[in-house]
Amino acid sequence: MEIGNLIEDVAFNLLKLAVIRLPSDVKEALQRAYEEETSEAGKVNLKAILTNIEFAEKMNTPICQDTGTIIFYVKAGAQAKGLEKVEAALRSATKRATKEVPLRPNAVDPITRKNSGDNTGRLIPFIHWEITDGDSIEITALPKGGGSENVSALGMITPGEGVNGLKKFVIDTVIEAGAKPCPPNTLGVGVGGGADIAMKIAKKALLRPLNQPNPNTDLAKLEKELYEAANSTGIGPMGLGGKFTVLGVNVEYAHRHPASYPVAVAYQCWAARRATACINADGTVEYLTHKVK
Amino acid sequence: MTVFKLETPISEEEIRKLKVNDVLYVTGTMVTARDAAHKRALDYFKKGKALPIKLEGLAVFHCGPIVKKEDDKWIVVAAGPTTSTRMGQFEDEFIKNFNVRVIIGKGGMGKRTTIAMKKYGAVYGAFTGGAAVLAAKAVKHVKALEWADLGMPEALWIFEVEEFGPLTVAIDSHGNNLFEEVIKKVEEKRTTVYEKLGV
Repeated sequence: MEIGNLIEDVAFNLLKLAVIRLPSDVKEALQRAYEEETSEAGKVNLKAILTNIEFAEKMNTPICQDTGTIIFYVKAGAQAKGLEKVEAALRSATKRATKEVPLRPNAVDPITRKNSGDNTGRLIPFIHWEITDGDSIEITALPKGGGSENVSALGMITPGEGVNGLKKFVIDTVIEAGAKPCPPNTLGVGVGGGADIAMKIAKKALLRPLNQPNPNTDLAKLEKELYEAANSTGIGPMGLGGKFTVLGVNVEYAHRHPASYPVAVAYQCWAARRATACINADGTVEYLTHKVK
Repeated sequence: MTVFKLETPISEEEIRKLKVNDVLYVTGTMVTARDAAHKRALDYFKKGKALPIKLEGLAVFHCGPIVKKEDDKWIVVAAGPTTSTRMGQFEDEFIKNFNVRVIIGKGGMGKRTTIAMKKYGAVYGAFTGGAAVLAAKAVKHVKALEWADLGMPEALWIFEVEEFGPLTVAIDSHGNNLFEEVIKKVEEKRTTVYEKLGV
C-alpha cells in the first residue's frame, strides 16, 4: 500500500479504537476502583462506567458522546519514508473517522463560532512531532474530552516553595475541579521548563499507562504521594463522594529557569482514551495499546 | 441506600419517599431539555401558551443526544448527560410551573433548585457522566421531536425509556443536596490533606 494511504488507514483505526475501546490498563484501574470503592454512590457510578464500557465495545459505538479534540503524537524515525505525507494523512483520517465511526464534530472557530463539521480546522488535529532513531513511524491518537480539559491548570509557583508548592497547587486544582471533569480522573503533571513546556509534558504524561510507574524513583514517590492525597479529598466518582477521585497521577519534568517554577496539571476524564500503533519500514503495522485481529 | 423503580407519571407522594444516595430507575416518558428549551418553556408559560407536551409527573433530562434517522425512525446513538449547572437559572421556575418530578443530569445543581425541589416535590438524579451508551440503551424509542428549530442538541426529544438509570438521587425533596455535602466535607478535609503532604 502507498505509504500515505497506509498512514491514513492506521490513523483511522487508531481513532476508532480509541473512542470505542479503552486500553487495558484503564479498564483494569476502573475495575479495581469499583472493587475497592466503599461509597455507595461511588460504587453505583463505577458500575455504570464498567457497563457502559462493555456496551460500547459490544455495540461498536463510542464510549462517550464527547469524542474530543483530536490530537496526535508522532515519533518519526529519521530514516522513515513518507514523513511528508503524515500531516495530510492524519487530517484525512480524522475527517473519515468523523463520518464513519462517527465522531462528534468538535472543531469550532473561536471567533466566528463556526463548527467545521469534520473535526479539522486551523492547527487541528494537532500533531506533536518527535524525531527518533530508525525507520519506523509511531502514531498515538489522543481524543481529548472538553469537560476535563476545562479544569486543566497552570501555576507559576514561587521557586522558594518548590515541590511543596507543586503539591499544594495540584491538590488545590483537584479540589477546585470537583465533580466537573467526570472523576475518577487521570492527572498529568508537568513541572519545569516554561509555561508552554510544563503543559506540553503534562499532557504527554497522560499517555503513560496507569500501571507503569515513573522510572525516576523520586518522581515515582511523588506520583504515589499525589495519588493518595487526591484520593483522600473524598470527591469520589462523579463528585458524589468516595475513595476514587483519580485513577493515577503521572509526573514529567524539565529543567527550569532559576526564577520560574511552572506546574501544569492536564486533566483526563475516566474515559482515558488513547491508541498507539507503529508502522514499520516494511509496511507491517503493530498496534501497541490494543489487541487487533 | 434503597433502589426505587418508578414509572411516569410520578406522583408527589412517590417522589417524597426518595432520599439522597438512593438509586432510581425511571420507566416511561422522559423529555430532554437544555438551556434554550428551558428558556422557551418558561416564555410559553408566561404567555399562557401550552407546551407541546404536558410535563406533569415526567422526567426531564439535561442532554443533547446524538440521534440518527433510519427508515424514517429516530435512533438514539448516544445520550449522555450534560452539565446541569447551566440550567440552574431556570430550574426552580420550571419545577414550580410544570410539576416535573425528576431532573436528570450531571454535576449537580445549586440552592435555588434544592429549595424548589423541597417545596414542590422533585428530585435530581445524577447520571454517570460520559456513560452515553448506557443511557442510549435505555431509550426504547423516540416518541416525538418538538422544537426542532432549536437544533438537534437543544430540541425537546420525547423518549420512551425503560429502567433508565442508575440515577443517584443527589438532591431530594427534603432539602438535602449530596454534591453540596461532598463539597463541604472536601473543604473540611483540605487542611488534613495539606498536612499529610507536609505543605
